[in-house]
Amino acid sequence: MLLPIEFYGNLLQGAWTTIQITAMAGLLAFVCALLAGLGRMSSWRAVRWISVTYVEFFRGTSALVQLFWLFYALPLFGLTLSPMVVAVIGLGLHIGAYGAEVVRSAIQAIPKGQHEAALALNMSPGLAMRRIILPQATIAMLPPFNNLMIELLKATALVSLITITDLTFQGQLLNTATLRTAQIFGAVLIIYFLIAIAITSAFRMLERRLSVGRGRRMAR
Amino acid sequence: MIWDWDYAFAVAPKLLDALIVTVQAALAGFAIALVLGLLIALARRSRFLWLSLPVAGAAEFIRSTPLLVQLYFLFFVMPGFGFQMSPFLTGVIGLGLHYATYTAEVYRAGLDAVPRGQWEASVALDFSPFHTLRAIILPQALPPVIPVLGNYLIAIFKDTPLLSAITVLEMMQVAKIEGSETFQYLEPLTIVGLLFLIVSLISALLIGRLERHLGTLRRT
Repeated sequence: MLLPIEFYGNLLQGAWTTIQITAMAGLLAFVCALLAGLGRMSSWRAVRWISVTYVEFFRGTSALVQLFWLFYALPLFGLTLSPMVVAVIGLGLHIGAYGAEVVRSAIQAIPKGQHEAALALNMSPGLAMRRIILPQATIAMLPPFNNLMIELLKATALVSLITITDLTFQGQLLNTATLRTAQIFGAVLIIYFLIAIAITSAFRMLERRLSVGRGRRMAR
Repeated sequence: MIWDWDYAFAVAPKLLDALIVTVQAALAGFAIALVLGLLIALARRSRFLWLSLPVAGAAEFIRSTPLLVQLYFLFFVMPGFGFQMSPFLTGVIGLGLHYATYTAEVYRAGLDAVPRGQWEASVALDFSPFHTLRAIILPQALPPVIPVLGNYLIAIFKDTPLLSAITVLEMMQVAKIEGSETFQYLEPLTIVGLLFLIVSLISALLIGRLERHLGTLRRT
């Protein structure tokens, strides 16, 4: 029942593409999440407004529609991007919109006293955010960001529909070539699951690292 | 001229028709997710390890692998085992199964929030476990999580474009077919995006209202 070993080369090649897209889109999503999450709390109305629009727009529409739109519609405006760039930008912006809410709620969960103490110590708002608020909020952000990274990994399967030869696409190619459907899609699912486990354990490790010396011991 | 209004008005009615299929798929998938999710949540709490462990493992697996690949699996593999299903039914089952693992977590949070004393009091009153669940536990566990479940209805709605990959004639598929006939993808894809945005923003508004309504119910 197991898939013959010679097919794994193609699948692993696809898996590598999937991992690359996940990593790059994840990085972009993190930047977007931080900017939009902080932007929503800005004292400038214009910045708040742009952040809210970004978050609501990308959370309100479907990831696949966004990818297709970038893929098919942007060239009409004279902007032709390679499928890989479309995938990274599309998924990064999509997941970043969800991440912005994580950033916002984590920052708002920091007790007000921390703000006030930083103010009393004559720190500028920027310095207080960087030195006092964000380091504490980051730990609270990690578990939801872990979930978002899994969501991102799963969303990368969509890029197979805009002609990128990722893990899902390789699975389909093999399927049409060999018709060993159950084994191939079974193997594809298992590879995705293994990547997901790797992401989760990386986040667990990060969480342990960052909580060292913060007085908040992890449950043993 | 990039944007062709005549063409846009010509495809809009077809896309609106397809919106009905999309909404039907989302609602049917949601119904499956609601029932199956509760069963998964209850099975995971079971004292019988032969029940709780496999269910927990399977749910974890389904939750961390892409819906698209699961749809392919159902669509290509199931006929091999003698299950002939229409693409629409396959898609609905795929959506329902995938999101059941999410709603299971929501139910779990609701069940965990019911104080242990409620179970103990029911045992003291000689209620059967089933009777306890139906008459005591669920009426307390369910109302607080209804808004969260509602958010998953929106999430399912936004994932229905994936059904286009298994040839279901929902909005995305219709937009792609229309686009491929005229090589004008901009108008149909933009309309699909807008329809998604409108429907999910309205649903989010309704769920927010429901949340406030349930909040006032509980306080009185």
